[in-house]
Amino acid sequence: MSFRLLQEICDRCKNEEKEFWQIVMEDDSRERGVTAEESFQTMRNMYHDMKRADQSYKADRKSASGLVGGEGAKMEAYRLQGKTLLGDFATEVMEKAIKMGESNACMRRIVAAPTAGSCGVLPAVLLTYQTNYKCSEETMTKALFVAAGIGEVLAESASIAGAEGGCQAEIGSAAAMAAGSIAYLEGSDATGISHAAALTLKSLLGLTCDPVAGLVEVPCVKRNATGAMVALAGVQMVLAGIKSVIPPDEVVDTMYRIGNQLPACLRETGEGGLAVTPTAKKVEECLNKGCPLGE
Amino acid sequence: MNLFDIIGPVMVGPSSSHTAGAVRIGGISKKLMREKIKDAEILLHGSFASTGTGHGTKQALVAGLLGMETDDERIPDSLEIATSQGITIKFGTTELRNAHPNSVKMILHGESGKSLEIIGQSLGGGRINISEIDGLTANVAGDYPTLIVHNQDQPGHVASVTAMLAHKSVNIAELRLYRSGRGGMAVMVVECDQELPEEAIKWLEKQEGIVKVTYLSLLDNEEDTE
Repeated sequence: MSFRLLQEICDRCKNEEKEFWQIVMEDDSRERGVTAEESFQTMRNMYHDMKRADQSYKADRKSASGLVGGEGAKMEAYRLQGKTLLGDFATEVMEKAIKMGESNACMRRIVAAPTAGSCGVLPAVLLTYQTNYKCSEETMTKALFVAAGIGEVLAESASIAGAEGGCQAEIGSAAAMAAGSIAYLEGSDATGISHAAALTLKSLLGLTCDPVAGLVEVPCVKRNATGAMVALAGVQMVLAGIKSVIPPDEVVDTMYRIGNQLPACLRETGEGGLAVTPTAKKVEECLNKGCPLGE
Repeated sequence: MNLFDIIGPVMVGPSSSHTAGAVRIGGISKKLMREKIKDAEILLHGSFASTGTGHGTKQALVAGLLGMETDDERIPDSLEIATSQGITIKFGTTELRNAHPNSVKMILHGESGKSLEIIGQSLGGGRINISEIDGLTANVAGDYPTLIVHNQDQPGHVASVTAMLAHKSVNIAELRLYRSGRGGMAVMVVECDQELPEEAIKWLEKQEGIVKVTYLSLLDNEEDTE
């Protein structure tokens, strides 16, 4: 049975003296009737596919609408010139997040995590962490299980679909998952992992799904980068010993409530938010007429 | 929910509903056709029509018709691939009644002259539903081997179909019945736990009162895309 509460996972970690990732993996192997080894290998393949998607980025690709493409490369160039505001690690995370979002918009092969629109957040933090801190692939696969466990709770008890819960359900979920997985890599226990997810999610609650012209491009691609930054802030607070005053499962429940309270125009209908700005309307008009953008 | 619906699926972007779901609708249509498609008329409805271009929905539907999976990197090039295989594709838009916003109507013709008209809906997260086949309600999600029988609305057809399935040791997971009106056309949608043998379908086609038999096999079949 899927986990509905982060506390359930924490309790099982304590009672069975296991790690967060083990509990999630064992649950998957029971659920799907596969061995633990098979479950682990499937997750490892997901990590490979994320890596492959990152490496196959090309700066000269443009989406069909012409609205996005090439900006991940701009962030890379900024990083490589040596002096950045946020430092190498954070800059590389942003770079990879934008690249993945752009690849998705350009019809490349990606891993939805949890969705296609939010596919940049998790690989950006994990791939960057691996190269900067030299972790084994096993360790990274375990971190992916941690992320998946958090995502499962969010899907069961709230939502991971923008049309249901707004962007908080997509970028918010992806960022919470990323925060938990980095907390694990930094040595946090199940409680620390849950709080990293909660601190991150709290800052993305209420985020609306308002894509320009209904496309998974603006603001989606760049929200992958900012979402990843919120995730890093969430983990760092936990590493400093800071906790979420509102318990993690209450934060998850809050996302669910807010999702229900969000009007339909802010849930992927393209009828509110950024999608109805004068500029967005102009873009939409232009696309309907078939004239080229982003030239 | 499956853990690999959270981390995964591996797919070609940009949208699980407008791209991955569209590939799956095309794929199921190809399987329902059960022969090489010669031409296809693809009519987009609602959000598929208005945002389909930016989401690669057309390429995705055709990729599915060619037998590609949702993570096939050739999806963006599917229109050219279809042309090179001598398949004629025509696109248009349509206004369907009471349809899901992400819907498509496809009229397919096969090499033998066989035709199939389906309405597919992409429900989000890559989940799909084939709501109509040849103008009659179907509601096929494609998770099971599925037998779809169109027959005249008269006594005995359900009994003969289920008796045949019992004889072939095929267990029924779900059985749904629809009809256009009393004594009109009726549809039986039978989701099965096992695959049906070919001769069972042939036998059904010969039964009096049965107008059309469509079968969705989940086995990988024959000549997939080159």
